[in-house]
Amino acid sequence: MFESIDLSLVDWSRAQFALTAMYHWLFVPLTLGTTFMIAMMETIYVKTGNPEWKKMTKFWMTLFGINFAIGVSTGIILEFEFGTNWSNYSWFVGDIFGAPLAIEGIMAFFLESTFIAVMFFGWNKVSPKFHLLSSWLVAIGANLSALWILVANGWMQSPVGTQFNPDTARNEMTSFWEVLFSPVAVNKFLHTITSGFVLSAIFVIGVSAWFLLKKRHVVLARKSILIAAIFGIVSSVALIVTGDGSAKQVYKVQPMKFAAMEGLYEGGNGIALKAFGILSTSKADPEYDKLKDFVFKFEIPKMLSILAANDPNAYVPGVKDLLEGNPEKGILPVAEKVERGKLALEKLTQFKEAKKSGDVDKATELRALLISDDFQANNFKYLGYGHVKDVSFLIPNIALTFYSFHIMVILGAFFLLLFVLAFWLLIKGKLEKQRWFLWIALFTIPLAYLASELGWVVAEVGRQPWIIQDLMTTHTAVSNISASSVKITFFLFALIFTSLLIAEIGIMLKQIKIGPKEEGGQKS
Amino acid sequence: MIAAISYSFLQEYWWAIISLLGALLVFLMFVQGGQSLLYTIGKTEIQRTMIVNTLGRKWEFTFTTLVTFGGAFFASFPLFYATSFGGAYWVWFAILFTFILQAVSYEFRTKPANFLGTKTFEVFLILNGFLASILIGTAVGTFFSGAQFSLNDYNQVTWQTSFGGLEAVLTFHNVALGLTVFGLSRVLALQYFLNTIDDAEIEARSKKHLLYNTIFFLVFFLSFAVILLVKDGFAYNAETGVVSMESFKYLHNLLQMPLVLIVFLAGVVGVLWGIFSDLFKKAGKGIWFTGAGTVLTVFALFLVAGYNNTCYYPSAFDLQSSLTIRNSSSSEFTLNAMSIVSLMVPFVIAYIWYAWKSINNKKIDKEEMESESHKY
Repeated sequence: MFESIDLSLVDWSRAQFALTAMYHWLFVPLTLGTTFMIAMMETIYVKTGNPEWKKMTKFWMTLFGINFAIGVSTGIILEFEFGTNWSNYSWFVGDIFGAPLAIEGIMAFFLESTFIAVMFFGWNKVSPKFHLLSSWLVAIGANLSALWILVANGWMQSPVGTQFNPDTARNEMTSFWEVLFSPVAVNKFLHTITSGFVLSAIFVIGVSAWFLLKKRHVVLARKSILIAAIFGIVSSVALIVTGDGSAKQVYKVQPMKFAAMEGLYEGGNGIALKAFGILSTSKADPEYDKLKDFVFKFEIPKMLSILAANDPNAYVPGVKDLLEGNPEKGILPVAEKVERGKLALEKLTQFKEAKKSGDVDKATELRALLISDDFQANNFKYLGYGHVKDVSFLIPNIALTFYSFHIMVILGAFFLLLFVLAFWLLIKGKLEKQRWFLWIALFTIPLAYLASELGWVVAEVGRQPWIIQDLMTTHTAVSNISASSVKITFFLFALIFTSLLIAEIGIMLKQIKIGPKEEGGQKS
Repeated sequence: MIAAISYSFLQEYWWAIISLLGALLVFLMFVQGGQSLLYTIGKTEIQRTMIVNTLGRKWEFTFTTLVTFGGAFFASFPLFYATSFGGAYWVWFAILFTFILQAVSYEFRTKPANFLGTKTFEVFLILNGFLASILIGTAVGTFFSGAQFSLNDYNQVTWQTSFGGLEAVLTFHNVALGLTVFGLSRVLALQYFLNTIDDAEIEARSKKHLLYNTIFFLVFFLSFAVILLVKDGFAYNAETGVVSMESFKYLHNLLQMPLVLIVFLAGVVGVLWGIFSDLFKKAGKGIWFTGAGTVLTVFALFLVAGYNNTCYYPSAFDLQSSLTIRNSSSSEFTLNAMSIVSLMVPFVIAYIWYAWKSINNKKIDKEEMESESHKY
């Protein structure tokens, strides 16, 4: 079905997509959360008429605006890269994946882009209530944008509500609601936006802490910390709950990713959680180069089973169980999945040939087989395995997934502690005296970005080599273009995005240094 | 779901939506046209600031329409998305590069500590202003002249040149469309300036350049239109799907679809009347006629490209690989589901209109630029 693909093409295409996605994700989380905090601040301003709240609203809006523009520019590239770099994928899943993207444009992007203009330029042109409504609509639009792309991403992790059509040689949607309300998509959306809220709250607290350290804009800083700490505490709790939900879904639908997140090679019942560990370079198993020993690990007994299935004795498969199979637990060996996938490809090829040669009887017979429930559930379900030549190809990068996951979780817990402390110190009136805390709050900003990026590393590296779980690998999804073309665009993007990032940071720091503008002479 | 609607109707409905989005995109490219005129019309710093700010309050509409156009194309005709983007790699990336530069330039241009400098961001805006409209127009030209690709049995694309779609510039008809879109974007931009900026010098200069750009636009539009009407087109047999060349195909399409012909002619008249109105009557209102005319004309051209058994994305290399609205669409189920979502479009247009009017209820002037707290 698929011609042989140059490996460097796949690697460069993945690198380019990762580069774009990671740059994009540097800017989006701040948009997701600050828009809500800005809308809250403006609501208080409209309710109280206190100009201090207006000043705050405008100050955070300025920082949001600088960040928003660069998020938009990286976002457009991502959308089109599905076509430019993953054209086989685009056709194979366009019937399902395209719909959320279109709905995103119609429902969310226009909402956001229309009312953002009112938000920035409408202060003296529309009524205060209409302006406030616009600010809330921008926040809702930004988060709705995230919904649809995450529904699409959730489908790639867990392809539900779909069936393979042999005539078109692609997957086609059979239930829109199954795609939209897939538990993976729902958890992913909630976990992702709450992570954006947490990052934004840390950003607001960090910048405000700097004002307090410099003894500038003290009132604004205190009020901002109050809003951000409350927003941060609520968001952190939601982040932890949805993170738990996401992990449970990964356990169910992407057990290999789950095993990689935990560095679990051999499964069993009542498995311990590795709270942290260090991997060595020596092999843990002579058969699999990718499985490395642990130099050190700190474990909590039975905790992984509890987290995975709310049962201290639940079975959790390891990497080797998933590759070699476990009949008792109903896990098929990869070799069997490969055979099933190959049969699907073989029958599909025969069907195409029969159609081409005009052999109507044979084509009809084969079509009946290919669309039968049994063949769909037992063969097309494993279509992607038909291209797998070496089982170890199915093991993702364990070290990257393991460390990313653990650092993200540890930082997440630290952020909750930071919010609680900030809130407590503020209401006790001790915040400004605790300079050590203010410095920590300031230097937590980059850690929030790190945790946020690592979340995506876990999600995307952990599922390799699949672009669509079990159905398509990145090697079969890539566009048939030259690796050199992708290399050139990779470096061009790297250059442009890095330059723009430097410009953005410089502008942002300067705006923070300038601080909020006084409202002198302007109508409110 | 809308059970009574046929698959073929849904394909035609979605082609109409794509055509409408394409038409709105061309109209909204007045933002690009305006950027290309930044130094032609803005001779002083404050004039350039007024120009950037009046365009800056609209750039996101163009950008969002482009993104939605891409998303809707992906959703409704995914084979086009896979074929054109995956094959004409360099054309699409050239377009996208200019949009990356545009998106940040408005916000960053005048901000202090911007290490690239104001001029750099102005150059970015000008680059986007020139290249985006010319390249998009040239790329759409291949809808009528064909592109160099083939598809295998599994609909996987192989591009047949090593230029990744850039070879489109070697066909005059494509370039003529690119320059038409470019000229039109500048005409619309000048009319937009007349509509939204309160500055005597800008008004006088805009009127003068409106005449020059109208001549430029008309030369290339007429070249494109004449060639289109006399050229062979890519037709397919509705029963068998077999593609063949048909003499005067696009002329036949207009004659066989009189409603489309009326829309096309009404659009052309609207464009010309709008220009005439700004040039020889009271300046300022022409944009609405030219804008509406642009939408109607481009909408009709897209319908000519895709309706009446015409291949909307023909392959000049392998005729039978050509894309039609029948062989490249999403499944009936998906088109049906998305059609329900598309019912929101009038609501979206209504709130955009309302917000636009709220922001543009007063012309931009020097005083506003001096007092505005958020300025580009």
